[in-house]
Amino acid sequence: MSKKNNKLEAINLNAYYGDFLALKNINVAMEENLVTAFIGPSGCGKSTFLRTLNRMNDYVDGFRIEGQILLDDQDIYKKEVRVDELRKQVGMVFQKPNPFPKTIYENVIYGLKIQGINDKNLLQETAEKTLRQTTLWDEVKDKLHKSALALSGGQQQRLCIARALAISPSVVLMDEPTSALDPISTAKIEELIYELKKDYTIIIVTHNMQQAGRVSDHTAFFYMGELVEFAKTKTLFTSPKDTRTQNYITGRFG
Amino acid sequence: MTNSDRNRLKDKAFQVFGIFCTFIGLAVLAIFLIDILIDGLGRINWEFLNNLPSRRAHRAGIYTAWIGTLWILLMTTVIAFPLGIAAGIYLEEYGKKSRMATLLEINIANLAGVPSIIYGLLGLEIFVRLMALGGSLLAGALTLSLLILPIVIVTTREAIKAVPRSIRDGSFALGASKWQTVWHQVLPASFGGILTGVILALSRAVGEAAPLIVIGALAYVPFAPASPMDEFTVLPIQIFNWISRPQAAFTTNAAAAIIVLLFITFILNGIAVYLRHKWQKRIKW
Repeated sequence: MSKKNNKLEAINLNAYYGDFLALKNINVAMEENLVTAFIGPSGCGKSTFLRTLNRMNDYVDGFRIEGQILLDDQDIYKKEVRVDELRKQVGMVFQKPNPFPKTIYENVIYGLKIQGINDKNLLQETAEKTLRQTTLWDEVKDKLHKSALALSGGQQQRLCIARALAISPSVVLMDEPTSALDPISTAKIEELIYELKKDYTIIIVTHNMQQAGRVSDHTAFFYMGELVEFAKTKTLFTSPKDTRTQNYITGRFG
Repeated sequence: MTNSDRNRLKDKAFQVFGIFCTFIGLAVLAIFLIDILIDGLGRINWEFLNNLPSRRAHRAGIYTAWIGTLWILLMTTVIAFPLGIAAGIYLEEYGKKSRMATLLEINIANLAGVPSIIYGLLGLEIFVRLMALGGSLLAGALTLSLLILPIVIVTTREAIKAVPRSIRDGSFALGASKWQTVWHQVLPASFGGILTGVILALSRAVGEAAPLIVIGALAYVPFAPASPMDEFTVLPIQIFNWISRPQAAFTTNAAAAIIVLLFITFILNGIAVYLRHKWQKRIKW
């Protein structure tokens, strides 16, 4: 992997919840315009790691890190970094669709609105663009001003992706984005991920190894807070180097 | 008798008992209401609502009292609403979990149970004497604000707590600050609950006589208050005053005033129920 394509990079990263060491000496680089998947059993630290990448763990009492996380070679935990600026760069989609109890349109433009952008044309263009990107436009164009809570789960999740894209991030973090969805909605989101990687760097946490196999270029296997193995997805699934990886992907635990 | 028969019987027995208990509560209330209506309804007319207090029962009215009650209601809202909501937001969204915070929390909950006359004494010392506000509307409204503040804070926190964590996460992840998240997401989503709590607290304040008597609100005020610094009376004080007189005609006046007070309380509660219903329909998680 050539260094210059690294979008996000963790260097000697330790993370703690109070005294508990949740991530142990993680060193990994995520390349630009690729999909990187994090897999591993529950509690292995993969979600914790994902949430350190946009500093969502800042709100957790007792959470702290050692080491560095570089976004475009800049340490995102440096004092002068503003969290809101970081999150404009690094968007996030959650496990359970979490549309705001507002209209579809208001959901999409929320990120722009709180930046103080009020230009109606710009807001409308962005809304249409991102809803098209997420293939939601045709389904919702007649009810943009109806409540987002009336959408189906899969539509809600695509809306949440559109909402994240509207502030033009360069990285999109996805925390088990399809675990609450039916197979058809899941397929749509996976197709979407495939489309999106042309323009974005995507990092996805998943419990579903088939999904990791289908959507990702690189896969990282986490176990008990350690990054056990990181490789091209195909390599990791066909010839894992570590026995723990092998045991996990063959379904012996997890 | 089989086991399931016995269970069914128990079920039935409890049902009957439950209906009985409910009925006792309602029956007492109904008897009270009917009694008051019989005594007082005939006395309510335009003059009664528009007359000043008088020594002669048939000429006495509740004009100063209900104007005073509305003033108190309005001013207490203006004072307690922002203070209580701000405190609730702070405690729920900003305050760190610490032993101090827990202590504060328990104390606020306890304050909601302190007898109202104690608040009256507090108001007398601080607002009437120390701040030299006298027996004015402002002193009364401040005292009642203290009284309902704990309730407003607790209901605000409960309403805010009901907003799912995921909504806040979604907002933060889009780069929103804490205040933006509170203002654009948490408050709109919890406002129905907050409003309901505030209105119910107010309807309690409207019925209070004791703390206002303690701070020196008078039964006889010959004019309707026109500014926050004026002396005042309120319906409960007027009712208390009339009821303690020996003449039957004043008792009738008291019954009529009670009807007016109940009417105001019912309207407030009605608004609260309506708002809760409206907001709950709009937001389903």
